[in-house]
Amino acid sequence: MSDPRNLFDKIWDLHTVRSLPSGETQLFIGQHLIHEVTSPQAFQMLRDRDLKVMFPERTLATVDHIIPTDQQARPFRDELAEEMMRAIEQNCEEFGIRLLNLDDDRQGIVHVVGPEQGLTQPGTTIVCGDSHTSTHGAFGAIAIGIGTSQVAHVLATQTMLLNRPQVRRVAVSGRLQPGIYAKDVILHIIRHLGVQGGVGYAYEYAGTTFEQMTMEERMTVCNMSIEGGARCGYINPDQTTIEYLRGRPEAPTEAEFERAAEWWLSLRSGPDARFDDVVEFDAADIEPTVTWGINPGQSVGVTERLPTLSDVAEDQHAAITEALEFMDLQQDQSIQDVDIDVAFIGSCTNSRISDLREAANIVRGRKVADNVRTFVVPGSQQVFQQAVAEGLDQVFVDAGFDWRAAGCSMCLAMNPDKLRGREMCASSSNRNFKGRQGSPTGRTLLMSPAMVAAAAITGRVTDVRALVESATD
Amino acid sequence: MQAIQEVRGTAVPLLSDDVDTDRIIPARFLRCVTFDGLGAHVFEDDRQQDPQHPFNDSRFQQAKILIAGRNFGCGSSREHAPQALLRWGIRAVIAESFAEIFFGNCISLGMPPVRTNRSVLEKIHAAVHEDSKTEVTLDLNDMQIAFGTERFDAELNDSVRTALTTGAWDFLAQLIEAESQIRQTAESLPYLARFR
Repeated sequence: MSDPRNLFDKIWDLHTVRSLPSGETQLFIGQHLIHEVTSPQAFQMLRDRDLKVMFPERTLATVDHIIPTDQQARPFRDELAEEMMRAIEQNCEEFGIRLLNLDDDRQGIVHVVGPEQGLTQPGTTIVCGDSHTSTHGAFGAIAIGIGTSQVAHVLATQTMLLNRPQVRRVAVSGRLQPGIYAKDVILHIIRHLGVQGGVGYAYEYAGTTFEQMTMEERMTVCNMSIEGGARCGYINPDQTTIEYLRGRPEAPTEAEFERAAEWWLSLRSGPDARFDDVVEFDAADIEPTVTWGINPGQSVGVTERLPTLSDVAEDQHAAITEALEFMDLQQDQSIQDVDIDVAFIGSCTNSRISDLREAANIVRGRKVADNVRTFVVPGSQQVFQQAVAEGLDQVFVDAGFDWRAAGCSMCLAMNPDKLRGREMCASSSNRNFKGRQGSPTGRTLLMSPAMVAAAAITGRVTDVRALVESATD
Repeated sequence: MQAIQEVRGTAVPLLSDDVDTDRIIPARFLRCVTFDGLGAHVFEDDRQQDPQHPFNDSRFQQAKILIAGRNFGCGSSREHAPQALLRWGIRAVIAESFAEIFFGNCISLGMPPVRTNRSVLEKIHAAVHEDSKTEVTLDLNDMQIAFGTERFDAELNDSVRTALTTGAWDFLAQLIEAESQIRQTAESLPYLARFR
């Protein structure tokens, strides 16, 4: 029998510094990513105790959450944002940490930057003070979001205390049909397993559907693991992973790269790997998926209807009613033809070059509907430059979209990009909680970037498959 | 760091499910370099939209214990969420269930996040609505919630319970103790040794 350990087990064991009598593990963190929102207080905690950063070379900082995506000249108009920029600059300088600032063309959303720089690699443990750190699991790493106090722990000791989660294999098999994307897969999984389904678990996404995905698609899937309640999510590394990493700035080179590739593949969950639970899905059951409610689990396939209260268990009624009221939608209605006011393509979930290409394919030769505000926000300066090189920026601008600079933007209302009043937003981001996008009464419909593009063109939620077909006529 | 054996005080009931960290502390309040002043903004948008929100209710202003529903604290990893609760005056949260990162953040702050059954939560809810001065005691040694003449079981993993009751919940000191083992682990990692 081959190794019964799955990838998670192997990486956890490798990084265990010690187990405490209480049962927790002191886990070594291979890569620590930092951004401007969750770090100031952590650095202050170090200062207060006269501590240094133990492994500054295993730490990388960038700025993404609070930065504007249009007027980026310093000082920022928003004084609080400017103060946070100064804080991260001073902290990185004082503690000797590399900072990819706005004037560095490698800057961007932290979970876009790590992978594209080749810093995110299989077999590592990666943490960041941000819940979407799970994104990096796409490479076969254990990547976990942490709070500010834990950021301080990792800065000071390159370790943190964690309880070992169980591992659930989430298998999806089959090929995705045209118009159905990685975003739909993860929304489908969360819908069926629930927003709490993953509590206490790491998710291993396995099966032919994921094997056929590019790294960017895998990142979209792993990104939303947290929305399913999971501690983290990962996909086993393979040739796709290796080829993505080959030649990236921070990846090993030459003979070292070949040794690395061999080691990376050895981490895969083997045929006898055991899991605490296994669930299976069929790709054929997955439609373009749209959230209708106020948590990421409240979604439907685009040809389906919203829930009917009499068809659902009583203990769900309060939550569904609250969501329908807030969103101003009705039970049993179709999600198609719901009017939108804003279209946002961006966020660490879907702002990479493949996302922009897919959206551009939908909008090429078409125009944004009247009365729809739009934001197309590339995930990093590198994505921005590549999009420009491919002429995608011009495709968006010609169609009437607002093409922006890289940043977290409208995903989370910490910068000037916000919804106003009751606006309904078709969004490629990851959360639809009340108030998430900057207006307490603003409303979010989560979907794939192609679906956002389709909605922007028609002015309402639209089955993108109709537009995909006519694009190939 | 002090050992926490019990939390005793009045309670504020917020028995909704899936209350996420964006609602506990809206994102615009994360534009800060310290956690000072967050208490004033806890549930700011929910409170503005609902004048009857429990955190607006004058009867519950001195509460030390928050009674919450399922999946409390889901969403972002922002430690600002439990910080805002702590600075408003909450010292313990009793919920049907917690999101994991939020749970971990509470422990970092020495704010016990304990679980109990829905029926118990509803009883406390009813009791404090009848008499907002009802004192609720969370005893971490015998893992019991007491109010009036009633006592119910509370759940918390052993390791966390021990950390809180022994004062070891300030993990930084413990982590630092292992410095030589930390460096040893680093040396054993293939990717820190050029994959040899």
